[in-house]
Amino acid sequence: MDANDIIERRSCISGIGQSEIGRRLFRDPLELTLDACLAAVEDAGLRIEEIDGLSTYPGGMAGPAGFSGAGAVAVHDALRLELDWFDSGVETAGQLGSVIKACLAVGAGLANHVLCFRSVWEGSAQGEKGRSGVMPGSGGRAAARAPAGFTEWTLPFAAPSAAIWIAMFAQRHFHEYGTTREQLAQIALNARANAALNPNAIYTEPMTSDDYFGARMIAEPFCLFDCDVPCDGATAFVVSRIERARDLRHPPIRVEAVGTALHGRPSWDQFDDLSTMATRDAGAHLWRRTDLVPADVDLVELYDGFSFLTLSWLEALKLCGVGESGPFVEGGKRIARDGELPVNTHGGQLSAGRLHGYGFLHEACVQLRGDGGERQIAKPNPQVAIAAAGGGNTCGCMLLTRE
Amino acid sequence: MSQSEVEVPFRMLPQLGTRNSFFWTAGERGELTFLQCGDCGCLIHPPQPICPRDRSKNLSAQPVSGRARVHTFTINHQPWMPGPELPYVVAIVEVEEDPSVRLMTNLVNVEPSDVRIGMPVRVVFEHHPDDGGDVWIPLFEPDPERS
Repeated sequence: MDANDIIERRSCISGIGQSEIGRRLFRDPLELTLDACLAAVEDAGLRIEEIDGLSTYPGGMAGPAGFSGAGAVAVHDALRLELDWFDSGVETAGQLGSVIKACLAVGAGLANHVLCFRSVWEGSAQGEKGRSGVMPGSGGRAAARAPAGFTEWTLPFAAPSAAIWIAMFAQRHFHEYGTTREQLAQIALNARANAALNPNAIYTEPMTSDDYFGARMIAEPFCLFDCDVPCDGATAFVVSRIERARDLRHPPIRVEAVGTALHGRPSWDQFDDLSTMATRDAGAHLWRRTDLVPADVDLVELYDGFSFLTLSWLEALKLCGVGESGPFVEGGKRIARDGELPVNTHGGQLSAGRLHGYGFLHEACVQLRGDGGERQIAKPNPQVAIAAAGGGNTCGCMLLTRE
Repeated sequence: MSQSEVEVPFRMLPQLGTRNSFFWTAGERGELTFLQCGDCGCLIHPPQPICPRDRSKNLSAQPVSGRARVHTFTINHQPWMPGPELPYVVAIVEVEEDPSVRLMTNLVNVEPSDVRIGMPVRVVFEHHPDDGGDVWIPLFEPDPERS
C-alpha cells in the first residue's frame, strides 16, 4: 500500500478534554458533554468558530439508560457550529470508530478540525439498583417481548448482559489455553494501582488479591472487579488536519494507523472463534497499515469493559502470542507503569470509570505528551502508543505517535 | 394468575414474525429446526432471506436431531432480570449437524458445577402459553446416550 493512501496519517489529535467525572453526578448530561467539548477546543488552542467537523458515538439514543449523554445534533446546535462534515452512529468500528471517521474526514479534506465526543451518564441513570435495575425484563411478567435481532436470541435465556457473553469468550480461552483467574485478576489489580494516582478515577482505594478473590461472582469466571464501573462523564478530542495543527497549543499526537476490520461474523455467538473476537481482525488490520512493529510500542490503553477484553486485545495486537496473554500478565510486573509494556495507566474503565472507549484514547494522549504527572510511565519520552476500544462483535484501534 | 403461569418460570419471550416463528414454535412437535438451503444444504442461523453461501432463496425450515455440544458456558450468579433460579447456566451450544451453527441457551437438569466444555447435550422444550402466541423455548440437558 502506498503511504499516501493511508490518509489517517494526514490527521492528528490536537486537543483533549474531559468533563467532571463521577459515579453519580446527577448533572445535565448535555452540560457534561459541552464541558468536555469546550475543554478539548480550549486545549487545542482553537476558537469554537474554527471547528468545522463533528463526530460522536453512538449518537442520540433513548436507551439503554444513560448510554448516550448527547447526540451530534444537540452539540451542533448548542455550540451553533458551522459544520462542513458531521457523523454519528453506533454501527461502526467500536466507540473509537467515531474518532477514526474524523481522521478520515480531515484526511480527505472534508474538514480541518473535527470535534469528537463520547458522553455517558449511566451512573445516575441506573441509580441505586445498578445495572440490574435497567435490564430488559426488569419490569417482570408485564415486560414486553424481546424484539427481533440479537436480543431475541439472548433475553429468553436470561442472558441480557455483555458480562455473560464475554464471560463465555473468557471460558473458551481458559479452556483452550489454560488461562486462569489468577492471571485475569492482574488486569483488575493493575487498573486499581494506576487509578490510585488518577485524581479523576472512581475507585482509588487499594485492592489486594484477597479483595479480588473475595468479591462476589457475577458470571464465571468474572467477579465484580472484572466488570467496569458505570459513571457519569464526557470525553472529547479535536482531530485536526496535520498541517493545520503545527502551531497549536500542544505538539500534535499523530495517527500512524487505524484498525477497523471485522472479517468474522458480526455476532457475539456466531463468530468463528470464540477464544478470540472482533479484536482479532481489527488488531491485525492496524499492523497492515504501518511499518512500525509491536516491539516499537511504549504503552497501551486497552479496553476493559470486562477484564478479559484487555487480554484479548494484547493478543489481537500481537503484543504477545495467541493464547499467551495469561502468562504475559502473570504477576502484573510487565504491565505496570514501570514495566516493559504499561497497560491502562489511568485505571481503565474497571477503576477510573466506564467512559466507554474514549478514556483510553485520552490517556494515551496524556502519556505521549508526558502529562501523566504521578502516573506518568517510568520510561522517559514515550513515542508510540495504542488506544483500543470495544470487543465482542465490534471494535477499533489506533496507533499513535508523538511528533 | 393461571395454572400455566405458576408452573412455567418467567422468560422474556421473543416477538414472533414471519422470519422467526418457525424456530420458536417447532418445539410443539418436539423438533429443533433451522433454515436450510435447498441448493447447497447449509444450515442458516439466525434466519435470513437468502443463503449466505450461494445466495439461493430456496430455503425451508428443516428439523435437526436436537443433539449438540457445549461450546462454552458461564455459571451466572447475577440477578439481571427475572428468570431461572440463581445460579443458572448460560451456554453456547454447537449443533451436531453443523458445529458452526450455535445457539445461546440455558442448560437444565444438570448441576452447574458438572458442566464442561465439549459435553454432549440434547434439546428439551419449555412451553410458554401466551396471548401473543405460544412459544417453545429450546433448552438443553445432558445427553445420557452420548455421555
